[in-house]
Amino acid sequence: METKSARREVYIVDGARTPFLKAKGKPGTLSASDLAVNVGRELLARQPFSPQDIGEVVIGCMMPSPDEANIGRVIALRLGCGKSVPAWTVQRNCASGMQALDSAMKDILSGRHDLVLAGGTEAMSRAPLLFNQKMVNWLAGLWGAKSFVAKVQQWGRFRPGNLVPEIALLRGLRDPMVNLSMGQTAENVAYHFGITREEMDTFAIESHRRVAAAQDANLFTDVLPAFDTRGAYFVADDGVRRDSTMEKLASLKPMFDKKFGSVTAGNSSQVTDGAALLLLASKEAVKKYQLPVLARIVDTEWAGLDPAEMGLGPVYSSTALLQRYGLRLDDIDYWEINEAFAAQVLGCVAAWESDDYCRKNLGLDKAFGRIDPARLNIDGGAIALGHPVGASGARIVLRMVEILKRKQAQRGVATICIGGGQGGAMLIENVSEVTA
Amino acid sequence: MSTLKTYKNWRLESDADEILWVYFDKEGVSVNTVDKAVMEEFSDIVDSLANDHDHKGVIIASGKKNGFIAGADISQFNKFKDIDESFTMLRRGQQIFDKLEALRLPVVAMIDGFCVGGGLELALACHYRVAEDGPKTRLGLPEVKLGIHPGWGGSVRLPRLIGAPQGMNMVLGGHTVTGRVAAKLGFVDVAVPKRHLVKAAKFYALQPPKPHQPTLLQKLTNTKPARVLLSYYLRKQLRSKVNPMHYPSPFLVVDNFERFGVEGDLAMEKEARSCSKLFFGDTSENLVRIFFLQERLKGLAKESRFKPQHVHVIGAGTMGGDIAAWCAMQGLTVTLQDRDPKFIAPAIKRAYELFKKKFKEDYLVQRAMDKLMPDVQGSGIPRADVIIEAIFEDLKTKQDLFKQLELQAKPTAILATNTSSIPLDEINSVLQVPGRLVGIHFFNPVSQMQLVEVVKGERTDPSIVEKAIAFVRKIDRLPLPVKSSPGFLVNRILMPYLLEAVALMDEGIPAPAIDKAMTDFGMPMGPITLADTVGLDVCLSVAKHLSQYYPSTVIPKALVELVEKGKLGRKTNGGFYKFINGKQVKQPVDYAKPLQEISDRLVLCMLNEAFACLREGVVEDGDLLDAGMIFGTGFAPFRGGPIHYAKSQGIQELYQQFVKQQQAKGSKAPQLKEWDVTVV
Repeated sequence: METKSARREVYIVDGARTPFLKAKGKPGTLSASDLAVNVGRELLARQPFSPQDIGEVVIGCMMPSPDEANIGRVIALRLGCGKSVPAWTVQRNCASGMQALDSAMKDILSGRHDLVLAGGTEAMSRAPLLFNQKMVNWLAGLWGAKSFVAKVQQWGRFRPGNLVPEIALLRGLRDPMVNLSMGQTAENVAYHFGITREEMDTFAIESHRRVAAAQDANLFTDVLPAFDTRGAYFVADDGVRRDSTMEKLASLKPMFDKKFGSVTAGNSSQVTDGAALLLLASKEAVKKYQLPVLARIVDTEWAGLDPAEMGLGPVYSSTALLQRYGLRLDDIDYWEINEAFAAQVLGCVAAWESDDYCRKNLGLDKAFGRIDPARLNIDGGAIALGHPVGASGARIVLRMVEILKRKQAQRGVATICIGGGQGGAMLIENVSEVTA
Repeated sequence: MSTLKTYKNWRLESDADEILWVYFDKEGVSVNTVDKAVMEEFSDIVDSLANDHDHKGVIIASGKKNGFIAGADISQFNKFKDIDESFTMLRRGQQIFDKLEALRLPVVAMIDGFCVGGGLELALACHYRVAEDGPKTRLGLPEVKLGIHPGWGGSVRLPRLIGAPQGMNMVLGGHTVTGRVAAKLGFVDVAVPKRHLVKAAKFYALQPPKPHQPTLLQKLTNTKPARVLLSYYLRKQLRSKVNPMHYPSPFLVVDNFERFGVEGDLAMEKEARSCSKLFFGDTSENLVRIFFLQERLKGLAKESRFKPQHVHVIGAGTMGGDIAAWCAMQGLTVTLQDRDPKFIAPAIKRAYELFKKKFKEDYLVQRAMDKLMPDVQGSGIPRADVIIEAIFEDLKTKQDLFKQLELQAKPTAILATNTSSIPLDEINSVLQVPGRLVGIHFFNPVSQMQLVEVVKGERTDPSIVEKAIAFVRKIDRLPLPVKSSPGFLVNRILMPYLLEAVALMDEGIPAPAIDKAMTDFGMPMGPITLADTVGLDVCLSVAKHLSQYYPSTVIPKALVELVEKGKLGRKTNGGFYKFINGKQVKQPVDYAKPLQEISDRLVLCMLNEAFACLREGVVEDGDLLDAGMIFGTGFAPFRGGPIHYAKSQGIQELYQQFVKQQQAKGSKAPQLKEWDVTVV
């Protein structure tokens, strides 16, 4: 039942991100909270309100360091939000950054807060090496050994195999329920829709080309410089390969299904560090601080699917989201589908074009429609930029805001696939002022 | 139970556990210092404790919010009639502390906050010391910094308690340590967080363990043969740092230690004897004077209600970057602006290195780093309370910048320039409110130079000057108010001295002799080495700048030639001296004539300029001038500053010497202006 009381709305009033920094085979110089602080302090410094005026801080992050328990709070305090601003951390695997925005949105809609700093951060390069279980048990034995003799005996039980580390990043990128790595789920999607290696590589090259073009046209205005403590500074995303060619990509070996697979490092998203933060505000906060309105978040949808084909998550979440508002695919001016794998983005497009798939899985009577490649990821995506899992969901929303403004378009969807078999989608509307 | 006596400066309370709390709460002041009245009352308390059967233990604590005991009352130092009187005072204090130490009741000193000098000597005479483990609690015996040494048993008890190497190190260095370090060294029994302080103090009073003993090895260091050996090394070490003619007190400590050791009353008596003499030495008198000059600078703008929280610095070069880092280290929010991230990144790195060195603990380093924001866009301008410009020296650029800043800054913010050469009234002429611009002139390296010149232009509003001074105090630097005249105070006085030193080289006197002459005088660094360190290009540009205003400035050829050759000093690995990897190659002093002739000539040059500054009212008075030169250049502190030195030597005599000197050089005599005694 419709009531007369004014509906609360959620506006994006500002946002920024760090350059996305490709992991160089060793831990990066910035931790997950360092990244978020680098971008957050400048984002906050340019506001007319003080960091203490924020209602709460919500951060998505999958792999904070041991010193970053509830990393949201660590970031809030480091940003000078003060002791009385609450902060929390959310996880929805690859969509943690989008989850943060959704959680912030809900708190604004419920009237709990008027101004929320939300987004995500991830230092993938800092994912830890862990002791294996044998080593942990051996150490427990050593620490438990009270007498000198017991200690010597325990040392005698040491085996070199104890020293083989567990690589947390690889474990994190593996689905424990279906025992597949993320790359293997992308192989499943490719198999399902008959997507070839050439199609994937072509898509990857285009991603790099679009990022390079956007960089050259200075379109990444949301990127703020980041500084480490060693005198280095970062001003631009460094994963983009301007010299990429089909020949070079073709020479790469399959990464996940050795020998016969077609998903390679070249047509997958990169392992990257980065943070993206947005400021969300209610109508009241916009008026109170006279904030510029960049966009409105209309709604979010989450959906679940077979974890073995997790890359198709955007199909499920976006379809449900559009249906709720009576929209068709071509009502959406621009799409951001996070590029976890080329195979998976191409798979999403193919699924929507398939009568059979849409009938069987989405309850539609025919194919949902076609997405024009010229309206999909027009500034490139994670294959060229990288996919810091905590941050990507916030990054694609931020990118969508800039695209809608630039193209003077009305509606956009930012959507992301989620390891474990989920999809998230956010409907964004280009507005410049609050509704009365 | 008998009722407790009442005192003016002490407060006695019994608690339910039968502990007697002796609170030191000096009448009428906020900080506890020890003077005669305090001591006499304390003596009475100690006497009554000797016959006390009502209590199980005694805890001595501070009744003040801030600190335990800040030491002896320094203002008493120069009030002794003669050496006998000071000796009697010291002996009396020693005897009271001896009685305290001899009490049957366990006595605990509960130390929360600073505990230095006489305060630590009192604590050392207690049976136990419990200290708060936090950044505000500092313990030490800084007497040598005032030209004396401990006189109430500190230089005897400390090495006795923790062994000679560590004990003597504390006494001779005069530095302070935290409670935690003191506990590690052994002269505090335990350092605990504030939440456990009272519990810990009561534990020692009610269940007294055996008092702290030095280890066997530490004990051995106090035996005669060890003392002889150790003293040899201590003297050698001291001599590499200070000249015994200038700073006799640490050498006397070593002498006493070697001859009389750390046991028995003779050692105590000798400590009192040599300390009582030191009170009457020039060094102590001058250092005490400087202590009060420093207090005077610290007290400036004390009433100001200006509480800056955010500083915006424009220009991330050496000065701007280091100013920003220093402010962030002092807890202010700082935005550091430059045109491109590449100019800011090196400053961030330097800041990190500074914080690492100063804080040691990672979370504190991070806290300071988070306070320092690189700000290419200038987002900090509208929020800043203080905006400091530290860009290159160009009038037009600065004018344009300040015009912009005036529009963007909030109305209560002060606009400051770190210029060292451009007159404020030329910059502020473009402002709508010229009175808003003030000079805040730092010295390089910012983290080491305590002095900051606060520069007032003709048009600068006095309330802005006061705000600038309050800001300088907020970041724990010493503000020196000066008038905006070329070179302000410090550079102006320093420059003729440096140029004269280079002129001496032109006359054939070797650089090492010139430098040795001045370090012998008491300067921290010789003038030629100083020029190489500062950079010869910097020296030349300052000299050229000043020569526009002061026609008597003669720029020596040698300086110009070296700069033309690109030999700019340490930074280019070559200047007046040779350098290898930024390290000066030491050369032997090869000079037959007395070095004092050199130092006389250079000091007179400096004095001449100093008197000119006084005459022109660059600073308010001679004391401020002395403070500026001591804290801004390290001018021999034990000489009390240039003006004080001139007074002590006789201004007229020195002036006549200077006139003769100038006449001997020929041309410049007519331009001499008399050193006016009245301006002092």
